[in-house]
Amino acid sequence: MKEGFRQSMAWLHTWTGLVVGWVLFFVFVTGTAGYVDDEITRWMEPERPLQVRVDGVERGPMIERALDRLEQVAGNAKSWTITLPHTSLRPRGEQGLAIAWEDLPERGHDYGRRGSETLNAHTGLPRQEVEPRETGGGAALYEMHYVLHYLPYDVAIYIVGACTMLMLLAILTGVITHKKIFKDFFTFRPGKGQRSWLDAHNVISVMALPFFLMITYSGLVFFLFNYMPAGAAALYGPGKQQERVLIDELFGRDKREHLPASRPHVALEELVQRAEAQWPGQGVASLTLSQVRGEPARIDVQRVTGGSVNVYDPVMLSFAADGQPTVYPDKTHGPGKVHRMLVGLHEGLFADWWLRWLYLVAGLLGCGMIGTGLVLWTVKRRNQHLKRNAGAALFDAYGLRLVEVLNAGTLVGLPIAVAAYFWANRLLPVGIADRAAWEMHCLFLTWGWLFLYAALRPLRKAWLEMAWMAVAAYGLIPLINALTTDRHLGITLVEGDWVLAGFDLSMFGLAALFAYGALKIRRRWLKADAAAIQAGKEALA
Amino acid sequence: MKKGSMAAYRWSVVSRVLAAALGGYALASALTVLLALIWPLPKSQAVLAATMLSFTLYAVAVIWVFSVRSATRAWLGMLIPTVFVAALCWVLQVGGAA
Repeated sequence: MKEGFRQSMAWLHTWTGLVVGWVLFFVFVTGTAGYVDDEITRWMEPERPLQVRVDGVERGPMIERALDRLEQVAGNAKSWTITLPHTSLRPRGEQGLAIAWEDLPERGHDYGRRGSETLNAHTGLPRQEVEPRETGGGAALYEMHYVLHYLPYDVAIYIVGACTMLMLLAILTGVITHKKIFKDFFTFRPGKGQRSWLDAHNVISVMALPFFLMITYSGLVFFLFNYMPAGAAALYGPGKQQERVLIDELFGRDKREHLPASRPHVALEELVQRAEAQWPGQGVASLTLSQVRGEPARIDVQRVTGGSVNVYDPVMLSFAADGQPTVYPDKTHGPGKVHRMLVGLHEGLFADWWLRWLYLVAGLLGCGMIGTGLVLWTVKRRNQHLKRNAGAALFDAYGLRLVEVLNAGTLVGLPIAVAAYFWANRLLPVGIADRAAWEMHCLFLTWGWLFLYAALRPLRKAWLEMAWMAVAAYGLIPLINALTTDRHLGITLVEGDWVLAGFDLSMFGLAALFAYGALKIRRRWLKADAAAIQAGKEALA
Repeated sequence: MKKGSMAAYRWSVVSRVLAAALGGYALASALTVLLALIWPLPKSQAVLAATMLSFTLYAVAVIWVFSVRSATRAWLGMLIPTVFVAALCWVLQVGGAA
């Protein structure tokens, strides 16, 4: 091992970062897309109507119509939920009137069948939903960041888990290595080759360090009993069944027997108004009706989520069936709150638009941190390699070449492949079988082809050409959208649908980012070549 | 570096990586059980708290493995505390059950 604590840590930082860098880059790209998964899905389902707010429908009768419909379709339900029109965070966007229910579980089952409908607020009848094209949408991108693709779930989460643990180590050792972490943060030496890559890596990493620590640690916490089953196994016994007991104890699944939900005697509108008075400016999102056998019926009025990282336990007021406010014991506990907070910070569902952009930027910085780190590894070794006589270490030469190809193929190839996923959404025929699966195949076929491309072209040419491919791949998306749908900027900007317009504009933004990168590396290489030629001339003279 | 000392260096790195990955995991697991047993909270919450903390314990163990002078020392530093903590857990659990 290397001498000295800091040197050992630098060594550990380099190698933990390298072995998992590419997987982590994939996780960061797809995970960052996941922060706008609802928005991506909307773009990928252009058949759906533009966003409309449901306004000007009298609420009292609207709730009664929803109850009528629930009585019709969910006569034997453990719970009824009525969602009122509001701007929601989960899923993000305008919610219309909707109902949802869970049937009473059959004997021997833990859960009942769930159902839901969106209703016409004026008539209370189910709305005729347009059937969008078959697509994986933003959800398919988002899911890949923890279950990858083409792999069994159980295998994938352990691969991602191991990589996440190594990322945590890379972050910690990275901090230890940089004794002058604050000074380094203000150090940037552009146009200095290896130094510039190092400075860029430092600046990016330190800029969003709290985010990286949070996202990595909370990523582990998502599957904590999978990754570290010892505690649960020792105190509850090994096995899935025992783990269920633990989870139920922790998060209190309601296993009591329920009576079918039914129309209450009290006017729900009155309860909604009373709740609204308590939450000025925030409003009511939904109502839930249920009844445990042997207890009075219960009505929960849930507030619109917001103002808290925890979006899993909505703020609510509870009433008995006669409209009496009722307080039920708070079952939350310290460790549970910490767990909720970590998961909540990771998912970022609580974030409004400003904070969502910040999440996106932080995610992109994560891609930048991993990317600059991987490039730095090759730049450092290439310099060392050139100094030694050629052929001295064939193994090292192959290793370097492998990393260089993997870098180009992943750091530029993957973003192009994601663009191909969006292209496929617009260009694959709408009627083909397994369309959603083929969108994903397009992503991976493109990526595979780009690996080949990176391997067969001279390295510098591969980087530059692929960077320009990325510019074209993203820059053309809004145009393809305009040619294939009527949800293009000409309409979305005019109608003020900022989700759809924002998607197209972001594609232009990404294209601009890649163009900037392409110009930058070209200029640098020209300069380096000129310097080398100059040095050669001086040596000859 | 000479060929022989290079090979020895490589083997010591392999040994250390294994000490970190497996030994560190064993130690983190044992400590998680111990914490879950002694944390003054209801059983399920203690398990949750200890398990959430386990990744920190693992990370610290790995960093320690790579900071000591020799691979042998690294292995001993993982195995001895693991055995000790595991024995302590066993005593606590049997004692608690009795």
